[in-house]
Amino acid sequence: MANLTLVQAVRDALMCEMTQDPRVVLMGEDVGVNGGVFRATEGLQKEFGEERVLDTPLNESGIIGMAMGMAVNGLRPVPEIQFMDFIYPAFDEIVSEVAKIRYRSGGGFTCPMVIRTPYGGGIRGGHYHSQSSEAYFIHTPGLKVVVPSNPYDAKGLLISSIRDEDPVMFLEPKRLYRSVKGEVPEESYTVEIGKASVVRPGKDVTVLCWGAMVPVCMKAAQLCEPRGADCEVIDLRSLVPLDEETIFESVKKTGRVVIVHEAPKTCGFGAELSALINEEAILYLEAPIVRVTGLDTPFPYTLEHIYMPDPERVALAVGKVKNF
Amino acid sequence: MNSGTDLMKKKSKSQTVEMKKKPSKTISDSEKCTVLREDCFRIMKEDGTVDSKVEPKIDKEVVLRMYHNMVLTRAFDERGMMLQRQGRIGFYVPSFGQEAIQTGTAAALLEKDWVFPSYREPGIFLYRGAGLYEMLCNLWGNRGDLSKGRQMPVHYSFPKIKMFSVSSPIATQLIQAVGAAMAAKISKTKEIAISYCGDGGTSENDFHTGLTFAGAYKAPTVFVVTNNQYAISVPLSKQTGAKRLVDKAVGYGMPGVSVDGNDALAVYTATKEAVDRARRGEGPSLIECVTFRMGPHSSSDDPTRYRDEKLYQAWTKRDPIVRLRNYLNSKKWWDEKKEKSLQEQIKAQIAEAVERAEKEPAPDPMDLFEDVYAELTPQLKKQKAELLHEVELRGKFENTSEAFPL
Repeated sequence: MANLTLVQAVRDALMCEMTQDPRVVLMGEDVGVNGGVFRATEGLQKEFGEERVLDTPLNESGIIGMAMGMAVNGLRPVPEIQFMDFIYPAFDEIVSEVAKIRYRSGGGFTCPMVIRTPYGGGIRGGHYHSQSSEAYFIHTPGLKVVVPSNPYDAKGLLISSIRDEDPVMFLEPKRLYRSVKGEVPEESYTVEIGKASVVRPGKDVTVLCWGAMVPVCMKAAQLCEPRGADCEVIDLRSLVPLDEETIFESVKKTGRVVIVHEAPKTCGFGAELSALINEEAILYLEAPIVRVTGLDTPFPYTLEHIYMPDPERVALAVGKVKNF
Repeated sequence: MNSGTDLMKKKSKSQTVEMKKKPSKTISDSEKCTVLREDCFRIMKEDGTVDSKVEPKIDKEVVLRMYHNMVLTRAFDERGMMLQRQGRIGFYVPSFGQEAIQTGTAAALLEKDWVFPSYREPGIFLYRGAGLYEMLCNLWGNRGDLSKGRQMPVHYSFPKIKMFSVSSPIATQLIQAVGAAMAAKISKTKEIAISYCGDGGTSENDFHTGLTFAGAYKAPTVFVVTNNQYAISVPLSKQTGAKRLVDKAVGYGMPGVSVDGNDALAVYTATKEAVDRARRGEGPSLIECVTFRMGPHSSSDDPTRYRDEKLYQAWTKRDPIVRLRNYLNSKKWWDEKKEKSLQEQIKAQIAEAVERAEKEPAPDPMDLFEDVYAELTPQLKKQKAELLHEVELRGKFENTSEAFPL
């Protein structure tokens, strides 16, 4: 066991998979000599050479399109988009090409690849280094969307993603890159994609969250305890496919739900979760579902701490749901 | 035939020189790139005669196979358009006038090479051995379609012959070809990847993307631009300020050549040279094949609304099939009897395949859920069960789709 940060766990997963599978190649802006601007690929080019860790031209569409061609021709690429905010030039390649190739070719061509990208706010990054745009990709059939919230899951989920036969969007909460540490086994291991994790069992209110919102919700749960609400915090980990079973089981127990995400409220994934719960478990609900989300504004700079959900805002929502 | 990179080097050098000059007489303003330019590499004159000094040494079998494929492509396109006009299929995209480009480039490849085509390249599929029946099943989108009826007609996908699945978004395949080529380079398989787009495609972001990456990595790849003068209705003069699309090669650090796209021997020779360069590890090339789109953009399009009729008439005299046939005749490799027999054989083959393909039923509704992922997600399983229930409940679904407008 090593005590690693989340970004170190990501690097550790890449190291493990590159060592055991020669098909795994990395590419992206500054991922080679520089080891990535967040150092997620530090030292990997030195270890595996320039053909397996490629510094690319500054062109996101190219990074994804090239990775797709490589995957079609037998490699297991893990392209990095430096910030999720810069992924949009690659949107067409991801949504029209990567996501659809298996379907549109009747299963004749596939492109197993993992698109790693840091997402989310709370790092003083303004709107071009802070967004959480998972909803665009969740809305695209053919993609899996995975978000770890701690070093152990980051390594295990990334290894699972690289071994997956389908393209995976692997969203790394950059706010947590160095702010959380945890025990991570040195050997290779997997965490199953599509399984949520109940990170704090509780009986009163179900709190659904993922990525950087998980520690926020855990702190909120602490705030709620003396105020008389026992929160069950669920880290979804995988947004596509979604572990509906774990969600419904919890909702049927508590009858009260708060959904938390950083992305803007309208058409955020919280809306989908709320609709699902209404469809499947409305008769168990004791109160309306409440969403705690980013605002329907572009992500701000100076006031990001007000824009983003924080433990107190989540705790207030829990109180509202509990005391309905 | 010439080996080495003489053609490309010579051409790119002369292009560089020409770029410094005032517009040369080969691309005068009145011509505006819409007629065949004199700077194009050409082997056959328009009557099919060849100057013996520049005649490439291509095996007779290869030239005959090329001719066969061009005739087959024309017949397939004619049949495709007819099926659409008869209301038997919904849509078709013909490649009339572009048969030499498809066939000449395809003939220069090895079986192991990768092809990333655009949607106007049935001839490459045919040359590499795609079955008529499977291609026709794609036009119906039925159970015999390798894409299981999930794409519009002419969006073929044939993994076994390394013909990549056709996409409607323009030029997205160029960078994917670079990726396939890079994988080949990393895996040391000596495969190359060739990709295609039209003159309109050169305006797309992914044209820049593909050529940038290929140039930076010296990827073993070849880019073929079929300059047929129109992107649906928009003429080349409104597509770009560039006088010649091949000039774009300079900016990406790769050699380029403009070729008379109606000269199958020239297309083959230029492609072979580019393919050989790529295979030797010397990097990518750009080939601009200058031609004219002799048909509509698609079965939904009426080119008389925008096409310069004089130009169109001029180009009817440059039919690439007639030109190659004249060449074959002059070599005594071909005669009227063989022509008649080939035409009949192809007609019968297509008719037989049409009859078989048209009988195939539509895909099973439950097949809608397959191939989204390697395995059905719980969400898809649930939706599948719901649809199955609906099918049992109501039985029939009325198809009220309107005709495709583009």
